[in-house]
Amino acid sequence: MQPIIRVHNLSKRYRLGRVEPYHTLRESIVRSLAAPARMARAMLGGGARDGGAQDAERHVWALRDVSFDVMPGEMLGLIGRNGAGKSTLLKLLSRVTEPSAGRVEIYGRVGSLLEVGTGFHVELTGRENIYLSGAILGMRRAEIDRKFDEIVAFAEVEKFIDTPVKHYSSGMHVRLGFAVAAHLEPEILLVDEVLAVGDAAFQKKCLGKMGDVARAGRTIIFVSHNMASIESLCSSCLLIGAGRLEAKGAPAQIVMRYMASELRGHGGVRSLAEHPGRRGGSTSIMRSVTLHTGDEVAVGVVRMGSPLGVRVAFAAPRPVRPILGVVLRTAEGSPIFAVSNRWTQQGWDAAAAENGIITCNVDKLPLMPGTYLLDLFFGDFGDITRDLDVIREAISFEVAPADLLGTGMLPNAADGPIFWTAKWRSEIVP
Amino acid sequence: MPHNNQASAYEPPAAAPAERVPHFVIEAGRGTLWSALSELWTHRELLYFLTWRDVKLRYKQTALGALWAVLQPLLMMVVFTVLFGRLAHVPSDGLPYPIFAFAGLVPWQFFQSAVSQGGASLIGNSQLVTKVYFPRMAIPGAAVGAALVDFAIAAVILFAMMVWYGIAPGIGLAMFPALIALLAIFAGATGMWMAGMNVKYRDIKYVLPFVLQLWMFASPVIYPANFVPERWRWILVLNPLTGIIGGFRSALLNRRFDWLAIAVAAALTLASAAYAVWSFRRMERTFADVI
Repeated sequence: MQPIIRVHNLSKRYRLGRVEPYHTLRESIVRSLAAPARMARAMLGGGARDGGAQDAERHVWALRDVSFDVMPGEMLGLIGRNGAGKSTLLKLLSRVTEPSAGRVEIYGRVGSLLEVGTGFHVELTGRENIYLSGAILGMRRAEIDRKFDEIVAFAEVEKFIDTPVKHYSSGMHVRLGFAVAAHLEPEILLVDEVLAVGDAAFQKKCLGKMGDVARAGRTIIFVSHNMASIESLCSSCLLIGAGRLEAKGAPAQIVMRYMASELRGHGGVRSLAEHPGRRGGSTSIMRSVTLHTGDEVAVGVVRMGSPLGVRVAFAAPRPVRPILGVVLRTAEGSPIFAVSNRWTQQGWDAAAAENGIITCNVDKLPLMPGTYLLDLFFGDFGDITRDLDVIREAISFEVAPADLLGTGMLPNAADGPIFWTAKWRSEIVP
Repeated sequence: MPHNNQASAYEPPAAAPAERVPHFVIEAGRGTLWSALSELWTHRELLYFLTWRDVKLRYKQTALGALWAVLQPLLMMVVFTVLFGRLAHVPSDGLPYPIFAFAGLVPWQFFQSAVSQGGASLIGNSQLVTKVYFPRMAIPGAAVGAALVDFAIAAVILFAMMVWYGIAPGIGLAMFPALIALLAIFAGATGMWMAGMNVKYRDIKYVLPFVLQLWMFASPVIYPANFVPERWRWILVLNPLTGIIGGFRSALLNRRFDWLAIAVAAALTLASAAYAVWSFRRMERTFADVI
């Protein structure tokens, strides 16, 4: 099979606004006198190129030497932090803007969905906008005629189809916009972060529709910050960082890599020497707490279902065999569960010491996405009846969504902070 | 027919894995003048929908609606008739001044509206330009289309006035469609060029209305071309609108054609259209980045 898209050393350079920290009045006057002449020259020359002197202005590469192939039927996810160049890449592939260098060969019709409701005009009715937006996105009139009822039904706006769109709720507006785009039938569909809008039910519907499109054998390139939908929808994934292609591979693997690089050094460490949450009467023993997930790198965000390690460094006034208790709370402060080696009677195999590090490892965090807090209790096996050092809300961390069910769907966060799985069995009773 | 292994001369060569031809290639500085025009042709339905949108929006929420297409040239005709016909006694080629002026104002209004709307069109549609690809020429092109609709409405009034004044067109009416085409192409070229320049130099927004006002008085809209002394007439003829608007009157009101002026206008129109398309294609590449 041959690729449907070939991207070869694609680069895009943007000019930054000219930086002129200082100029004299005389310069300003000369410049303003010269400006019309320069403008006239540029106008007659077609206006595309500027003089050579201006080439020295500061430029920024939004995309640099990116090469990859996309196979027919592939659903390719694009991830990377904001400003990494994901949207620039989509704009180049959709021909909205032209590359500064490099080449793309495309073997098929391309439809792009860089926003919801492209070409909508608020003064026009839903019906009129379907035709207008459809035509702008590249549909033929006959094609729109044929799909009209389906589009209206998908958007759930039957009753308002002849009402100007300005009277629509934002939800209806988004639904109609997506409905038109979802009925495009190009061989290649480019989708920017459009699923970030709309309510949860509609998002689910959009994801379902995109899945249908992919199953129909069409190729989709999909930008998202929602790692769970990337994992569930995509068959492969590109990681873009600072305008360069950093990795290509299976979505789960690339997402992991992205999260790791993204989260490294962001939060996840806190000094406990002077902590406002320390309970009165405590001896200041715990020095610092570090959160990690599997490896030894401090992280402030943990993916759902990943292990969580809580490392506490301590300096006690006398040798101790430490006990570490951890209470996990929701952001509102409700306790969820507690773990402690006081009850396991394990966790410190060494001799009593004044200085050391004790780590508590939770295998798989059964938590829904959100913010959580940890309380830390420090004690000594020499006297298990009391805690020596207690810090409430010692550190907070985030749990990030992951596609643990493999469907792109998760329970509603409002239904509780615990994520749990179950098995299902059905019987028909005659 | 029996099959044998020998291919007849008329059969296509046996399935040699043909070189795959990309649907399209994205590269810096690609695209020719012809590819631009053929692409515009494949997007003609879009051109239609954008025109339809512009017409629809223009008169949405206006009390008089499409009546404005008629009122504007009609009111201008009244004003010019009083000022130039009655007070200044500007000659009108032996015709009643009102119909003389109106026959010039209708094509002029078309030109002015197409150029001013076209010039502002890309900026006004920046939302589209940055989000979706289609031939950008369709945007100023739609402004010409919308102006053409107004023109058609005003032309009906013009025909009614001809009946009123008892003026019958002659054989010259056959030139009418060609003149409209010429005018539309010239308006489209001018509007498209202005639209492109406007993206880069917002000065155009302020310059354009002023230029258009001067342009009207530099064209034989409310005076006949022979009002200008013979010695200077060639300057007037270098303005394509001289040939076109003059020809317009000749075609409708049964006057003699100034074929030289029309030929000059046709040549200049085609040249300016070629330049505008070329220039627009060059500017088009950076629209999404600078708009």
